[in-house]
Amino acid sequence: MLLGADIGRIEEKAQAIRETIIDMLVAAGSGHTAGPLGMADIFAALYFHVLSHDPEHPDWEERDRLFLSNGHIVPVRYAAMAHAGYFPVAECRTLRKFGSRLQGHPERTRLPGLESTSGPLGSGLGQAAGYALGARMDNKKFRVYCAMSDGEHDAGNTWESVMFAGNNRLSNLTAIIDRNNIQIDGMTEQVMPLENLRAKYEAFNWHVLEVDGHNIASFIDAAQEAKAIYEKPTVIIAHTIPGKGIKEIEFDYTWHGKPPTPEEARVFLHELRTLKGRITSEHQ
Amino acid sequence: MYMLHPEAQLTDTIFGKEEYTPTRDGFGKALLVLGRQDARVVVVCADLAESTRTLQFKQLFPDRFIEAGVAEQNLATIASGLANYGKIPFIASYATFSPGRNNEQIRTTVAINNVPVKIAGMHAGVSVGPDGATHQALEDMALMRVLPRMTVLSPCDAEEAYKATIAAAAVPGPVYLRFAREKTPVFTTQKTPFAIGKTNLLWSTEQPKVVIFATGPLVYRALQAAHECTDIPVLVVNVHTIKPLDTEAIVQYAQRTGAVVTVEEHQIAGGLGSAIAEVLSQRHPVPIEFIGVHDQFGQSGTPDELIAHYGMDASHISAAVRKVHART
Repeated sequence: MLLGADIGRIEEKAQAIRETIIDMLVAAGSGHTAGPLGMADIFAALYFHVLSHDPEHPDWEERDRLFLSNGHIVPVRYAAMAHAGYFPVAECRTLRKFGSRLQGHPERTRLPGLESTSGPLGSGLGQAAGYALGARMDNKKFRVYCAMSDGEHDAGNTWESVMFAGNNRLSNLTAIIDRNNIQIDGMTEQVMPLENLRAKYEAFNWHVLEVDGHNIASFIDAAQEAKAIYEKPTVIIAHTIPGKGIKEIEFDYTWHGKPPTPEEARVFLHELRTLKGRITSEHQ
Repeated sequence: MYMLHPEAQLTDTIFGKEEYTPTRDGFGKALLVLGRQDARVVVVCADLAESTRTLQFKQLFPDRFIEAGVAEQNLATIASGLANYGKIPFIASYATFSPGRNNEQIRTTVAINNVPVKIAGMHAGVSVGPDGATHQALEDMALMRVLPRMTVLSPCDAEEAYKATIAAAAVPGPVYLRFAREKTPVFTTQKTPFAIGKTNLLWSTEQPKVVIFATGPLVYRALQAAHECTDIPVLVVNVHTIKPLDTEAIVQYAQRTGAVVTVEEHQIAGGLGSAIAEVLSQRHPVPIEFIGVHDQFGQSGTPDELIAHYGMDASHISAAVRKVHART
């Protein structure tokens, strides 16, 4: 049973993750802003409650596996991992720099705890499904999670994997869709409509849950419910706000693939730290 | 006069009495052995169990046979996940689809991700025959050879295909295996040496003037050419491993002969001939003639008609030997 205090603690982590995302993107001078901010609450929930993991032993055999299919939002994962203790938060400033373990798109072989290599869209769910199938063959008890974007549902490979996981009843697999309704060229329903996403997954033999992706308690509830579904894989369609936390950029698809300038970052960090100016603090 | 190199231990019935078996059969046979030996071995198929010779594995090990359907991109990503978990997945389809259609998935989720997926590409070369250009893979070795971490194997007959498949399972990284549809002569034996990365000298003569580097079932036609080419003494070397290339041996053979012919059922661009030219241009430049497909697609026909049309039979190889010898 989650208490209000636990939720509050996770919300604080989400806040810290958002600040680190802004900080690392400014240091990098390139990268994606909207997606990582929009998924900060879910990654905080994953790393600080849902996942069974050990930051000091990233290769612990019984850990839950988190695959990130839409590799471009990896700043949220790096930030969450750093705050969870996988590596120093200061290392986040090496994002996208020569020699860094924090590649622009994640590479499994470079940083312990990443589980997979991704970036080209549409190929993460298949990897997670293959992994889940292998684990089920050996009666492993851990769960496999796969975070995906909504835009990568344009890709045929995604649907091949959706079909495969449904057919194989991979109940040890939970997919999480960042349903933020934007992609590089515009709103998803303008570029290539995805709805009815729920009906599509249901048609492929998935258990479908929809949550407010910024309501940490309801996301955790959905992640727990997925564990109780025995016959099917579960997908959590998490409705999120791209750029969440910074009013000027929320829902603005032009923020998909660019970082803030240092001046913008000062404004954004102030906004994050003061909850949109509603509170004052020593950070001002 | 046969100048078969004794250490190669080829069949004594070569030229005229040889058995004909497709290389894909050697793959299928090896999978059964691997299935018994190692519980980590799994097979993922894309709706082609019979023609990829994975059907018997499916029947013997149903729990370790995974059907991906006609979905080659997912074939690669599922296998990536299985290998990442700790399985040794063999994925089997036609080479035009895998590693053709799923090339990016192989690049990202197998090669950059560095997981030991074994990619078995069937129906390589124009000798696929009546199916035509869409099903005749002529660029697969090029696609796989340019990927860091990838081992590329191109066995010459069903016996070597068996050995290559067994050896591939033990490689800690990704491997591409190239197989053919058509029945071709089995001229190597159980005793013929096979080690990944080591060329095999099959035909040796005193004071050879030309070395023929051949790969895949056309190695047999290179031996026929050597047999027919009595006026110019040649060496025939089987290059079953396209990557990592046996560069030291290749340089030494070029030094011994001073002229090279390369033979492959593949586009000239990017395959065996290119790989050898890359090495020799730096280490020991000599004249080279290239037998293979010269920037064309295949078409329907019988395998022999197509091999002849695209200039890859024994007479073409002999002509290339004479031509390259004249250039020295």
